[in-house]
Amino acid sequence: MLRYTVRRLAQMVLVVFALSILLFAWLRSLPGGPVSALLGDRATPESRAALEAQLGLDRPILVQYWSFVSRAVTGDFGTSTGVQRGTPALEVFLQRFPATLELSIMALLLAVAFAIPVGYLAARRRGGWLDNVSIVWSLVGVAVPVFFLAFLLKYVFAVELGWLPASGRQDTGIDATRVTGFFMLDGVLTREWDAAWNAFVHLLLPAVALSTIPFAVIFRITRAAVLDVMDEDYVRTARAKGLTGMVIRRRHVLHNAMLPVVTTIGLQTGALLAGAILTERVFNISGIGQAVALGFERKDFPVLQVVIVSAAMVYVLVNLVVDLSYALIDPRLRTR
Amino acid sequence: MVTTQRKQRIDDLAESGAAPDMGVSLAVSAWRRLRRSPVFLVGATIIGVFVLVAALAPFVAPHDPGAYMLEDQVSRASNTIPPPQDGHPLGGDQYGRDLLSRILLGSQQTLLVAVLATVIGLGGGLILGITAGAFGGWVDAFVMRIVDVMLSVPSLLLAVSIGALFVQQSQFTVIVAVAIVQIPIFGRLLRGTMLAQRASDHVLAARALGVKPTAIVFRHMLPNALGPVIVQATLVLALAIIDAAALSFLGLGAADDSTPEWGQMLGSAQQVIDSHPQLAFYPAICIILVALGFTLVGESLRDALDPKNRR
Repeated sequence: MLRYTVRRLAQMVLVVFALSILLFAWLRSLPGGPVSALLGDRATPESRAALEAQLGLDRPILVQYWSFVSRAVTGDFGTSTGVQRGTPALEVFLQRFPATLELSIMALLLAVAFAIPVGYLAARRRGGWLDNVSIVWSLVGVAVPVFFLAFLLKYVFAVELGWLPASGRQDTGIDATRVTGFFMLDGVLTREWDAAWNAFVHLLLPAVALSTIPFAVIFRITRAAVLDVMDEDYVRTARAKGLTGMVIRRRHVLHNAMLPVVTTIGLQTGALLAGAILTERVFNISGIGQAVALGFERKDFPVLQVVIVSAAMVYVLVNLVVDLSYALIDPRLRTR
Repeated sequence: MVTTQRKQRIDDLAESGAAPDMGVSLAVSAWRRLRRSPVFLVGATIIGVFVLVAALAPFVAPHDPGAYMLEDQVSRASNTIPPPQDGHPLGGDQYGRDLLSRILLGSQQTLLVAVLATVIGLGGGLILGITAGAFGGWVDAFVMRIVDVMLSVPSLLLAVSIGALFVQQSQFTVIVAVAIVQIPIFGRLLRGTMLAQRASDHVLAARALGVKPTAIVFRHMLPNALGPVIVQATLVLALAIIDAAALSFLGLGAADDSTPEWGQMLGSAQQVIDSHPQLAFYPAICIILVALGFTLVGESLRDALDPKNRR
């Protein structure tokens, strides 16, 4: 187990290293280079040369790469040029990250809470109404663009019915104390229940929209895994030994079917992040998704870089955790 | 896992001796199953209809999709967006252009983007996968690390960052961005199937007979490794439509919107969704239907090509 963990960690370092080279190459391949991005196309040759010297672009490429990496390691990715001009890019990211995380966790919880039970029940009553309805929904769910679903929910529940708020993370009138940056958690921690409830209500529509694709995927994997496992020899053996249905289902079927499900949940975190970009835009939530959209619009490369590095690191880390938990569930994988 | 595989192999062996259609290739038996699959028929019909619409759009669209309707040509009621009326069954968009014509012609751009992105992604993936799968060893390890890095960034984020590199915004930006995201997925998939082929008996036999390495790769390994890739390509078409729409929605597509595209129409509709939801609904329904069509075809292909389902 230890060797496995060490090997996976080494792999992770390699991925991050390669990513740093890609990002550096990316930074340099900007049309006109970073100088044009900062000064615009009509800068004089003198001012360009001065800025180049100031940014160290006249030094050898390896030196430049080294300074890029050593600064990135300390969290210095440069200063935002468009999203929040003048603020360090990392700070822009950190300010907005809680909003995205809150939304993603909520969506993932919703998806998991519904997809696993429904997938399990659908597999047990194969061909029943629940099975058919969920299969159709999981097919359609993948074909519906996240942002359209977000639109639709917003239109029906916020605009037409007026049951839920249409945008933002909390009503502007609420003067809540900030502790963690997670608005709902803040409200609970400071016992400002109104603020917590308000934040929760604001989260509902975007989280439901964001959870459709993970729901569809996790549902299908759960269903397939349960069906697979129910056919296995050891389940037949268990039944032959005279174990009760409850014990078989819990100890043999559910336990073994969870392997692929855990992996899928991990893989879905990446999709969630992507979906969050679109959902945040529809519901006007100032998370990193919106920072990406804005950063792209205004060519704010420092901010884009921070977001991409962090997203990749989160993604790689989650995959590591998933693989390790996989090894915990399935002892056969530890020896490899 | 081990037991299932062994069980499977024994079952397959048993079947191959007794099955009445012993000499039928996988492709033929897959096609037989496809023809009877309702999922495939529904998906294929949807795609067929939209391809037909795209082909005929320039002839059946009642108006120029880029032309603005003038005050004296249409009634505008209390707002600036023309409601449905004679000659304009769906009304106009927020700039007063005929909505029906824009939807009809939008099918061309949307399908074009999806197909081109998939073809480019498939091409790049083929190159990566064949290189890694055919050579193995350190080449394989090297290529796969590159693929790992690309896969370690969430796809839409990668697409957005690729799109950000282009100075001039165009539909081409969207195509390239969506295509590059697909390359590592195809590459990884093909590498897996190719490696499985490398160890298979017919490749060993060919090598023992002294067949040239290139011939082994292209005549013996590649054709047998393509099944899952074809399935993935069909599913990617659906994803490409949705991803392209998402990128257009974020403002990555063509800056000039006189050539309509569904994702772009959806994106620009968000400003008026409260008062005129139909501007968002029509293009969205088209996107969902086409994506659903490709998904259904892909799913039924996967089932049909799965040797487990062979009867």
